[in-house]
Amino acid sequence: MADIEIPVLTTTVDKVVRWARRSSIWPVTFGLACCAIEMMAMSASRYDIARFGAEVFRGSPRQSDLMIVAGRLSRKMAPVLRRIYDQMPEPKYVISMGACASVGGVFDNYAIVQGVDQVVPVDVFVPGCPPRPEALIYGIIQLQKKIDQTKTTFG
Amino acid sequence: MPTPTELFDGLEEAPSADGMPTVYVALDRIADAGRALLAAGFTVLLDMIPLDLYPREPRFEISYLLLNPGVRGTAPARLRLKVRVPGADPRVPTLSGVWASANWAEREAFDLFGIIFDGHPDLRRILLPDDWEGYPLRKDYPVQINTPVKTYEPLQVSQDEFVANLEAARDRGKA
Repeated sequence: MADIEIPVLTTTVDKVVRWARRSSIWPVTFGLACCAIEMMAMSASRYDIARFGAEVFRGSPRQSDLMIVAGRLSRKMAPVLRRIYDQMPEPKYVISMGACASVGGVFDNYAIVQGVDQVVPVDVFVPGCPPRPEALIYGIIQLQKKIDQTKTTFG
Repeated sequence: MPTPTELFDGLEEAPSADGMPTVYVALDRIADAGRALLAAGFTVLLDMIPLDLYPREPRFEISYLLLNPGVRGTAPARLRLKVRVPGADPRVPTLSGVWASANWAEREAFDLFGIIFDGHPDLRRILLPDDWEGYPLRKDYPVQINTPVKTYEPLQVSQDEFVANLEAARDRGKA
């Protein structure tokens, strides 16, 4: 094989698909409360999640891969969240951002859902009140590692 | 300048901790009192504050915060109009015909306290979901409710219904 001059890289379809999925996680715009401010800071120039291929916040769930539930979810909002999640195409992922989205936080009362995992399946929980943008970026990197370990339909 | 009790003969002076004139009115005379106070220059209903004094009786007390902005040649003034409401069947005549801002305030009081406003044009829940059970700001309502979160029933349409809808839309376009 010494006479081949073009560089060749062999891989599997499975690996390429996982690489493509984790390298362009597009979140749906779904800020619910003050955590959304940190989420916006994460996507803006200072923290810049474009470095991880996750920079494009989509206004439509039909173009998104990831839902960042940023803030407390009220019981009245729960059907809306579920509907937006159902409208996202597969494969889809959910990050529960902050204490309120994860367990209800300080809002231990009748109006707030005590954890969004009662409404949608959650892949990564990011603790904090609110989490700093670095923490959310860490959560996205954890999600990328998780995607790297999933089995695709090709493999 | 007339004192509030001179504006309407059903008002009863009440103690006030903050110096703002405060009067009580009987439940069945509140609509008359509202109209008399409006005619006297109290044209603005700033806020309406229901209280649940459970387990005391009468259980509810509603404060109407009124403002006379001082047009019509009268001096500016504020007034706190209070009414006591029994807990067994909390019904209050509506003031939405007197002050328009009472409309949504009364809907909120109905939503969170379960006080019925007789004569209200549109007494629906305003903050909570329409199918909510109970009135959360009542003192005997639990802080945490361990009920499952309601999402929604997915829309189920059979193919026949779907086609019928399409054809109905087409026929509407023709007509």
